[in-house]
Amino acid sequence: MDLLYFAWVRERIGVGHEHVDPPEAVRTIADLIAWLAERSAGHAEAFAEPPKLRAAIDQKFVPLDALLGDAKEVAIFPPVTGG
Amino acid sequence: MIRVSVQPAPIDLATELAGIEARGAGAVASFTGMVRGDDGVTELMLEHYPGMTEAALIALAERAFERWKLIAVTMVHRVGPMAPGERIVFIGTAAGHRADALEACAYLIDRLKTDAPFWKRERRAGGADWVEARESDRTAADRWD
Repeated sequence: MDLLYFAWVRERIGVGHEHVDPPEAVRTIADLIAWLAERSAGHAEAFAEPPKLRAAIDQKFVPLDALLGDAKEVAIFPPVTGG
Repeated sequence: MIRVSVQPAPIDLATELAGIEARGAGAVASFTGMVRGDDGVTELMLEHYPGMTEAALIALAERAFERWKLIAVTMVHRVGPMAPGERIVFIGTAAGHRADALEACAYLIDRLKTDAPFWKRERRAGGADWVEARESDRTAADRWD
């Protein structure tokens, strides 16, 4: 699946995009965040506090307990601050 | 008619207002958001999620059309770097009567703040910080539920 990161999540990880193939045990966004946190020091820092994170699956906002299903594109980012 | 633009170029207020006035409505309402210069901010950087941002704004406009009797909605949001005093967002609504235009305009800016993927970073003399989401914006958006 394609991952997109925005704002301070992107800055802490050091890239805005990466492709991953998580294991089957990774079923939800929260599972994915916990799994990704192991990838590097930057990922660990970005994903240290899941309650501060928001997500989208295939460009639709979802809660962190949402199932990944057949997601092609998952984005992880801080709460939005436009307007 | 729905017009959505997510653009690095400055927002041309006269052009946007003329566009929505040209729809022949009896009432036109608009909101313009400006970049604040609070606490020594020298630059505001707007990041967004290309593709999802435009879809989220169109979805918001469609919901406004379902809820009020509207003729046209325009939503323009600037992205990239900008300076205090510049326009960051423009919302325009056209309707037969003022209540629909005014309420839909308030709804759209309240919901844009919580339902569209934009992130602000403020630069000051000491460095740059991502702006934190405000509980008051969530409360303002929730009043339309």
